Amino acid sequence: MAPMKVYGWAVSPWMARVLVCLEEAGVEYEIVPMSRSGGDHRRPEHLARNPFGEIPVLEDGDLTLYQSRAIARYILRKCKPELLREGNLAESATVDVWVEVESHQLHPILRDIVVQCIINPYIGLDRDQAVVDENLAKLRPLLQVYESRLSSSPYLAGDHVSLADLSHFGFMRYFMASEYTGVVDDYPRVKAWWDALLARPSVKKVIAGMPPDFGMGSGKMP
Amino acid sequence: MAAVKVYGWAVSPYVSRALLALEEAGVDYELIPMNRGSGDHRTPDHLARNPFGQVPVLEDGDLTLFESRAIARHVFRKHKPELLGSGSLDRSAAVDVWQEVEAQQLHPAAGAVVVECVFAPFLGRARDQAAVDANVEKLRNVLRVYEARLAAHRYLAGDFLSAADLSHFPILHYFMGTEYAGVVLEGHPHVKAWWEDLAARPAARKVAEFMPLGGAAKKQQE
Repeated sequence: MAPMKVYGWAVSPWMARVLVCLEEAGVEYEIVPMSRSGGDHRRPEHLARNPFGEIPVLEDGDLTLYQSRAIARYILRKCKPELLREGNLAESATVDVWVEVESHQLHPILRDIVVQCIINPYIGLDRDQAVVDENLAKLRPLLQVYESRLSSSPYLAGDHVSLADLSHFGFMRYFMASEYTGVVDDYPRVKAWWDALLARPSVKKVIAGMPPDFGMGSGKMP
Repeated sequence: MAAVKVYGWAVSPYVSRALLALEEAGVDYELIPMNRGSGDHRTPDHLARNPFGQVPVLEDGDLTLFESRAIARHVFRKHKPELLGSGSLDRSAAVDVWQEVEAQQLHPAAGAVVVECVFAPFLGRARDQAAVDANVEKLRNVLRVYEARLAAHRYLAGDFLSAADLSHFPILHYFMGTEYAGVVLEGHPHVKAWWEDLAARPAARKVAEFMPLGGAAKKQQE
């Protein structure tokens, strides 16, 4: 069985979503590194793989997939289906709810803070503190909901880790490397949940390719 | 009294996504109307159902779900798994990709135009024409990909109707009621044919009754 191939830059939080799932599933894979600053994602050969010109892209035999959450679902469905709980209606629905919560509630907030605080300085843009503050104000009530959720169970969809938790990893990694990491200290169960994710071998492996400044501080623009 | 309840205002494209899934699956359900203007979504009763204070919420026996895409997945998984491509890794992957494409590529652009053109007046503000123009441009780029896809396949996930196609209906229904309908219909013969096919489905027609084009004002106030 040929290894799966993942195209992209390993510092990408979207790439991280896929890599964590590959690691959790114990799948043999290779990263095909691409250069964002070199515009690799806009070249014809990449557009042939993903007409939206984005990464990650997964190749598994004849199958080419894009959109990190779809790729994650495919990998887990094929190689570690218990992380989707698809055999159980209530549990799989709960996984799906929290995958969507990350996608539509938390992600936009973490992304905006990470862009303003970590990325902008390196690309010569001023931080817009108003944007940061606006997002922090939205973040706290959101974290309160997560705190309540995680007081019922150690993981978002129950007693065991699932895609719902893993899907949070990429953007949380960078948010927790920002100066606002302390915000999470006010939510002890969220903090414990995050620490439990960090302790997973899959996460340790993937985080090694994700310097907290996206590699930009050492001159390695992704 | 139906075992399945949906809470929300049906004028919402998110609520309608859930209703469309139930209609397509032929599931008996009860819509419990809520009033946005009265803040029904922020009452303790509703926050107990959905701590994010949003609609729709689905109650299916003991299971309470929120996030419209998770709700739709649950309904299909339980009643019409073929619409998720269940049982086939390739088909289910294709469905997941195009569900994510809707969520991440199409909805942000089409949704922004709909908010400005359809809902802004009733949110008490003027249309942001710059936002409309920018999002129409983004949508044009996205639709190029859809046209190519639908030129090669009858439906988004392949030769079969799926949850991915259905997920597009509510926001596109509203978009087609704006003066920008031509952005979708013109120059995209395959998208046009796909859209007309989708909109002609009895379930879509039923749900469209809840989303009157131009009648949104009256419904929002109710």
